[in-house]
Amino acid sequence: MTMLQGFQIALHALRLNPLRSFLTMLGIVIGVASIVTVFAIGSGAQLRLQEQIRSIGANVLMITPGAVYQGGVRLKDGSKLTMTEGDVQAILEQIPEIQAAAGSLAGTAQVIHEGKNWNTTINGTTTGHFMVRDWQLASGRYFSGAEESGAGKVVILGSTVARELFAAGDDPIGAQIRIMKVPLEVVGVLDRKGPAQDDVAFVPLSTAKLRFLGSASNINRDSVAYIIAKVAADGQMAGARAEIESLLRQRHRVPAGQEDDFKVQDPAAAMEAQQGAIRTVALLLVAIASVSLLVGGISIMNVMIVSVTERTREIGIRRALGGRMRDIRLQFLCEALVLCLLGGAIGVAGGITLSMTVARMAGWVTSIDSEAIGLALAFSIATGLIFGFYPAHKASRLSPIEALKTE
Amino acid sequence: MTALPLISLRSVSRTYRTDGVAVTAVRNVSFDIAQGEIVAVMGPSGSGKSTLMNMIGLLDLPSEGAVHLEGANVAELSEDRRSSLRARSIGFVFQSYNLLARHNAIENVALPLVYCGVSRKERLARAEQTLQAVGMLHRAHHFPRQLSGGEQQRVAIARALIASPLIVLADEPTGALDSRTGAEILALFAALNRTGQTIVMITHDPGIATQCRRTIRLHDGELVSDETVAELLPRRSAAS
Repeated sequence: MTMLQGFQIALHALRLNPLRSFLTMLGIVIGVASIVTVFAIGSGAQLRLQEQIRSIGANVLMITPGAVYQGGVRLKDGSKLTMTEGDVQAILEQIPEIQAAAGSLAGTAQVIHEGKNWNTTINGTTTGHFMVRDWQLASGRYFSGAEESGAGKVVILGSTVARELFAAGDDPIGAQIRIMKVPLEVVGVLDRKGPAQDDVAFVPLSTAKLRFLGSASNINRDSVAYIIAKVAADGQMAGARAEIESLLRQRHRVPAGQEDDFKVQDPAAAMEAQQGAIRTVALLLVAIASVSLLVGGISIMNVMIVSVTERTREIGIRRALGGRMRDIRLQFLCEALVLCLLGGAIGVAGGITLSMTVARMAGWVTSIDSEAIGLALAFSIATGLIFGFYPAHKASRLSPIEALKTE
Repeated sequence: MTALPLISLRSVSRTYRTDGVAVTAVRNVSFDIAQGEIVAVMGPSGSGKSTLMNMIGLLDLPSEGAVHLEGANVAELSEDRRSSLRARSIGFVFQSYNLLARHNAIENVALPLVYCGVSRKERLARAEQTLQAVGMLHRAHHFPRQLSGGEQQRVAIARALIASPLIVLADEPTGALDSRTGAEILALFAALNRTGQTIVMITHDPGIATQCRRTIRLHDGELVSDETVAELLPRRSAAS
């Protein structure tokens, strides 16, 4: 008997009892579907993080305000803007590893162009910001020195904002838009950098202070909300970070032993750590899903053992008619394999459907890779072989004389 | 005659051991069966007929003595080889038909060819011919439960014949049938034998034995007589 004949016989036997066959493979279906879904969600989350890491730029340090003490009261991180433009200058001038640095103030506002308007982040910064983040222009130019120092009424748009405010054929460069009733000229449109990054409009820092964000409380004339700085090389990150910390402690006159009023972070490293965490969680979930595959395998073994018992007479007949022990074994092994493969295929289809549903309903990024599908199918074949072997072996060992006597 | 017997039993005994007690089902039995014979093996229940048939059919091996099929000692063949020989050389007909309930008549008939490595197309073609030969082609796509006892036994006979076996082994083939249907099945066996098919039929019914030229009688596992009549008794239908 050939493998093909084995599969034909198996399909025939399974078709006779479709409900039972389906229930038998349900465990495999659920196991494979969960593995595929977990993989899709996990690798989607990783893709998204990688995208964010890329969008921050390589070797970027971010300095944000830390906790402050006011009259002995410890205030929350960031409740006071402790960084200044002077800090930016000092970092640039005194730390040789720093290639570029920029301070930013940010808020949200409505931007208006003719009939269209859009709510977005307004980021007041300097041209250094784009250098730090390796962010190229799609068209136009960066801010000029005069615009930066003189609160020029100019704006550089992120690609999302440009798309929302301008019709497809329109060139935004030179157009007038309004933010909080202030007319601004669009001088540049940035390249795409990532869905989360492109929804922003940049104005010169001085413009932001003077016209939009300066009236916010707690702001001294020189304050910036955060500073980003680019370190020349990957290996210099730790050194540059330590130098920035000591420079700022000195400038901010933080007494020895007291907490810094700022924080220096490496966002890419933090995200990489996050990515590691996601991978761990995904592996854990895959492990849990594998348990369901195991349970599915056991249920297949259980049903196969019952089936062998029920069909003892059939086995006796087949042996009498010339079926060898290995033919009987192959027949039942094929049944288990068909159950697992069919269950695996249904599971893959279910997993793809489920992860696409998750992507649509929850707005998560999911990514279905052929590797995960291959792995899930390999798992189900292995399950069929492992859990089908014992019942098949048992069937092949039946004595044909005894088997023919059973009712 | 110098021709090699098809089947040859030499001092065959078969002892079973159940719960430590040895039971001898067949004791020191010797006989030959030649090509083209039709032989009835008779005896009351428990006389060792079925054990004998299992050994002739290569399903069981003697504890002592030897069974030869076409000169080969079957005990010296591997389990797989004996299985393959069953597929090609032995055709079983059972009292309770033993058709696979979930397969239709033609699939049942074609089943032994699966184990001879015959392609599906050829299997079905040969099964059709064989069903035709036993007059059951019109029921080819019926399932066993849709057939009468006599029809099921005809399908089972077709299954026994499909691989052109050396020998057809029938164990009480009419035991589950009414006498008229039983007579029809016996007539079918007689017709097959006239075409040269070797048949061994196990029965406890003396009426059936009279239809066979040769009768081997067993009692308590021992061979008590082995008679060959020169002429078959005239069939009752012909006599009346």
